[in-house]
Amino acid sequence: MTSLYEEVTQVPDGVPTRRVTITVNGQKRTVDVEPRLLLAHLIRQGLKLTGTHTGCDTTNCGACTVLFDGRPIKSCTMLAVQADGHKVETVEGMGTASELHPIQEGFKEEHGLQCGFCTPGMMLAAKALLEKNPNPTEDEVRWALSGNLCRCTGYQNIVKAVLWAADKMRDQQA
Amino acid sequence: MKPPVFEYRDPRSLDEALGLLNEYGDDSSILAGGQSLIPLLNLRLARPDYVIDINKVPGLDTIEVLPGCVRVGALTRIRRLERDPKIRAVAPALSDAFQNIAHPQIRSRTTIGGNISHADPSSELPGVLAAYDGRVQLTSSSGSRWVSWSDFFVTVFTTTRESNELLTAVEFPTDQNFSYEFEEIARRPGDYPLAGVCAGISLDGSQVRAARLSAIAIADRPIRMTAAESALVGVDISNAAVRQAASQAAAAEINPMDDEHGSAAFRRGLVSTLVKRTLDRLAGVPS
Repeated sequence: MTSLYEEVTQVPDGVPTRRVTITVNGQKRTVDVEPRLLLAHLIRQGLKLTGTHTGCDTTNCGACTVLFDGRPIKSCTMLAVQADGHKVETVEGMGTASELHPIQEGFKEEHGLQCGFCTPGMMLAAKALLEKNPNPTEDEVRWALSGNLCRCTGYQNIVKAVLWAADKMRDQQA
Repeated sequence: MKPPVFEYRDPRSLDEALGLLNEYGDDSSILAGGQSLIPLLNLRLARPDYVIDINKVPGLDTIEVLPGCVRVGALTRIRRLERDPKIRAVAPALSDAFQNIAHPQIRSRTTIGGNISHADPSSELPGVLAAYDGRVQLTSSSGSRWVSWSDFFVTVFTTTRESNELLTAVEFPTDQNFSYEFEEIARRPGDYPLAGVCAGISLDGSQVRAARLSAIAIADRPIRMTAAESALVGVDISNAAVRQAASQAAAAEINPMDDEHGSAAFRRGLVSTLVKRTLDRLAGVPS
């Protein structure tokens, strides 16, 4: 069990915490959290999974996108206590450096990133799309990524990367 | 830590939730999907003493397609509503409006009750509720009452919900042979609209029996455009001049404000265009 008292912030005396158990990338994690702790901050500071980025804290930018019970959400607008008993998937759960997920490969092949800040959120939004719709049109990809801002690429190569991944994932299924 | 300190309560039943609202009332905020409240907490624009998280209250995430109405429980998420084939079958404009609410990640969390009780005049659903002549159910420890949309929305972020009440259901009437169309204009997909229109007409052959036109992001609350509605009653919808006249009447009767997203004149033009487009579609004419 990890205590988040020191790791996330100093909890003032008398502020109650809650014990929550969240399955993160397939692994059960039990932590004590202050109710106001955001899920994004639990993931980054508490669990040290810093692949999930925080950009705006107001549901605009999508950098903090994770999958919550398989659905894309912005983890800056959910409290960590609300994830108790649920499954969370972050970019760390997608693949490894030696064995990339096809979506990660797609971003590499199609130059789908420059600075990389938006990339984890983009990839998880794409994963949610491809799990529901393995053969999306370009418009459907753009619609699925509409909640994720990128300030570098102009989006063209991100869309190409997702379509590349869709092709590869369909080939693997075939 | 972004949000201010608050006491967190997560009631497991409606009675428990209503009891907490009775006790804490104005000192509390209700947390449903959190897509408005949590940004407000993160910015510390909201500083409630208590946050009452209703996500564990059972029985509030219902979708019922009944004779004469679609009734949706307050905790039903937009992601589910936008994909619901039963709603699409009886109220396709409603499904279109759901798909226009923000982004996929936000629709995964946003609830219909939270969206409507937040009463953001730029949000789609309050305006769609107005066009459908819908109503909301408010429940407190002492019982439930149904309130029509026009008695519910007061001004920006303000409704007639009492602090001990919870919005528990939303009802969109589907009777009277009304057909609806919804369209909005936003700078980017998923943004709040610069303007939106929901138009409904009831026809006798091609003659309009009744019309309901609402505008979104135009005033401090959703509005019906009654001059444009009157201009349509009794006329032949297949006549393009009639649809044009209604769109001009709509532009003339609204009073949009200038803001950083667009001038009043620009918004007036958008509403006129949207009224024309939605009426064209209702008349079966491609815009």
